[in-house]
Amino acid sequence: MNTSTLVIEKKRSKKTTRIKGSDAVLQCLIAEGVTTIFGYPGGAIMPIYDALFNYQDKLNHILTRHEQGAVHAAQGMARVTGKAGVCFATSGPGATNLITGIADAQIDSTPLVCITGQVPSHLLGTDAFQETDVMGISMPVTKWNYQVTRAEEIPYAIARAFYIANTGRPGPVLIDITKDAQFAEFDFAYDKCEKIRSYHPYPEALQSDLEAAANLINDAQKPYILVGQGVQLSGAENELMIFAEKTGIPMAATLMGLSGIPTSHPLYVGYLGMHGNYGPNIKTNECDVLIAIGMRFDDRVTGDLDRYAKQAKVIHIEIDPSEIDKNVKTTVAINSDAKQALLGLIPLVNVSTHKDWIDEFHQCDKIEFDKVIDAELYPNSGEIKMAEVINRISEVTDGAAIVITDVGQHQMVANRYYKFRKSLSCITSGGLGTMGFALPAAMGAKVGQPERTVIAVIGDGGFQMTIQELGTIRQSDLAVKILILNNNFLGMVRQWQQLFFEKRYSFTELDNPDFQMITKGYGIKAQKVEKREDLDQAIFDWLNCEGPALLEVVVEHEGNVFPMVPSGASVAEIRLD
Amino acid sequence: MSLELKYTSSTPREFTLSVLTEDKSGLINQLTIIFTKRKININSLNVSVTEVKGVSRFTIVIETSKDMIDNIVKQIRKLIDVLGAFVYEEDQIFYQEIALYKVPKYAIVDGKSVEDLVSKSGARILVVETDYMIIEKTGKARETHDLYQKLEPFGLLEFIRSGRVAISKSTRKTEAYIKELEASNSNKLSIKDF
Repeated sequence: MNTSTLVIEKKRSKKTTRIKGSDAVLQCLIAEGVTTIFGYPGGAIMPIYDALFNYQDKLNHILTRHEQGAVHAAQGMARVTGKAGVCFATSGPGATNLITGIADAQIDSTPLVCITGQVPSHLLGTDAFQETDVMGISMPVTKWNYQVTRAEEIPYAIARAFYIANTGRPGPVLIDITKDAQFAEFDFAYDKCEKIRSYHPYPEALQSDLEAAANLINDAQKPYILVGQGVQLSGAENELMIFAEKTGIPMAATLMGLSGIPTSHPLYVGYLGMHGNYGPNIKTNECDVLIAIGMRFDDRVTGDLDRYAKQAKVIHIEIDPSEIDKNVKTTVAINSDAKQALLGLIPLVNVSTHKDWIDEFHQCDKIEFDKVIDAELYPNSGEIKMAEVINRISEVTDGAAIVITDVGQHQMVANRYYKFRKSLSCITSGGLGTMGFALPAAMGAKVGQPERTVIAVIGDGGFQMTIQELGTIRQSDLAVKILILNNNFLGMVRQWQQLFFEKRYSFTELDNPDFQMITKGYGIKAQKVEKREDLDQAIFDWLNCEGPALLEVVVEHEGNVFPMVPSGASVAEIRLD
Repeated sequence: MSLELKYTSSTPREFTLSVLTEDKSGLINQLTIIFTKRKININSLNVSVTEVKGVSRFTIVIETSKDMIDNIVKQIRKLIDVLGAFVYEEDQIFYQEIALYKVPKYAIVDGKSVEDLVSKSGARILVVETDYMIIEKTGKARETHDLYQKLEPFGLLEFIRSGRVAISKSTRKTEAYIKELEASNSNKLSIKDF
């Protein structure tokens, strides 16, 4: 359609200073409160890196070993701080290497501002060196993207980028800046973006919807709360607690919702989904009112939608209207963020208890404990189980660590058995399932929360997808604690092959390198545990040493994660073995 | 037995989408991604200016289910630079397409000339060149297709048809909608009936 150029809105009040586009980028970031940038330089972003040389006292730049590391680190930082993470990459391969992380952030609603260099504007569309259409490539996986071809557009683009990334349902934004726009001088002034007429990030809950929901809740015999990431994204942890304690309703969390409620809370009944707890899955198909808060009924949570909670009246609290009625038809939809909805509901709901109903969950817990958990946590002999390692770490850290998981069996186990005490502590690649996420994301989490213990739990497969970030951890001295649960298999795929593909272990066994030697080669402390009796001491030493450290635990070669809702099955068909 | 058609929410049928956007580059790409992601083919697409400066209108015709169109329209509204998106069924809009036909000048079929046919079809002759003439007809797809079939025996040289342009039967002005949107803090979903 049109190619009309941007109309730069008239500067409101501020006086301007004449600076280069590259300086303007950095001044905009400082104005937005950015302290850390993860990135990797290259030809088309060199003017910005040159300017960065003068801003080292204000902006901490962490040089990663791959652009994917930079974007995952920015995600990790965003997830533990609640503010947009920032990363830099050059054009072409630099930009395309960001895409996996951007797609991950999009599906998991993580705010990011990614800034890429681009070939000079007069070369756009000529297949110039390191030119790629990053606008076209990133469009399906960003909340918004924008290409800057004139320095004057930089303040506008960056102000919008932060506003869009951070507000409403958060998401990743990409700003592509041509090299000539970085070099050009212009009259700079910065105004934060406060409103976009075509973007209304905070829909207000309708009183009629709140009342209808409250009536359903007050009449319910077996109400059930599903907690999604929206609770943490909107900072509604306290409101959720007040709401649940007033109504006495049991709560379960999705993978992304974990740590939004302390695991030990008496109304918390467990973790939902494919490898979640037994009771929370089974009871979904027995409750009479389902209250879904800031979650999106992902297929890993619902199993077969045609047999999902059909008996229940569904209340869906959701900020993004496009998620409402997408997978599960609602009885009452409350279109607002979780915090506003809960604040509106609290005065409308009656004080109640649901003791018999909660007891039903506890009976399920007993079944799950006897059939699965006991043997996982307290084996007397045989190979070390992933679950007992996580359980020991959970005890030693008293549930206060930030746990970043990669993708696969160890992810499910870590999130099943770590007992979270604090919010924004379960950082994982949920929607996209990106192997290689944890190591770089842990770097970002450590930068975002330097006082807290940050533990990256990774399998031997995923570790080798971003293993080079050990170099970043060393150079930037990021005190990340790395746990490798090594079963010499791509364990989750192997489990599926065992259960659903007649044990045809097609390309899932790994002949691994010596992770100890590699880690030590990077200058990071490393130790390996192969015997159960050495585990406690090793965990203690690993967590208590100064700086980054890696603990490799050789675990059960062919262990399986149960319970399991097989793909396409109903949540009620969850298997315990 | 009644032959009345019963539509369910999953029966495919034709919908016209009217999308108001900021006049910015890249929007057509953002819109088509929503369709290609779901492997839905666009039957027709028209982009035009509106009576409000800086606001464009996309008119998109697709065949899909009610469930899917509800999902799609929400995804479209979610795009940052989309001001509004509205779904219409045939009885809610007036719409037209324009077709151009290039035919040889002196062709005669069954003793009739092209001119005879044109005058009876509500079409008009747009251009007459040495060897051919161009006929223009405005109407619904079935009407322009009907003329296409009649012209085919004359040795039709070229045929082209525009995307649908549609105007809703609502009385609200575009400008009033934009003003309402600017004043509202609610989301784009809550402004209906346009």
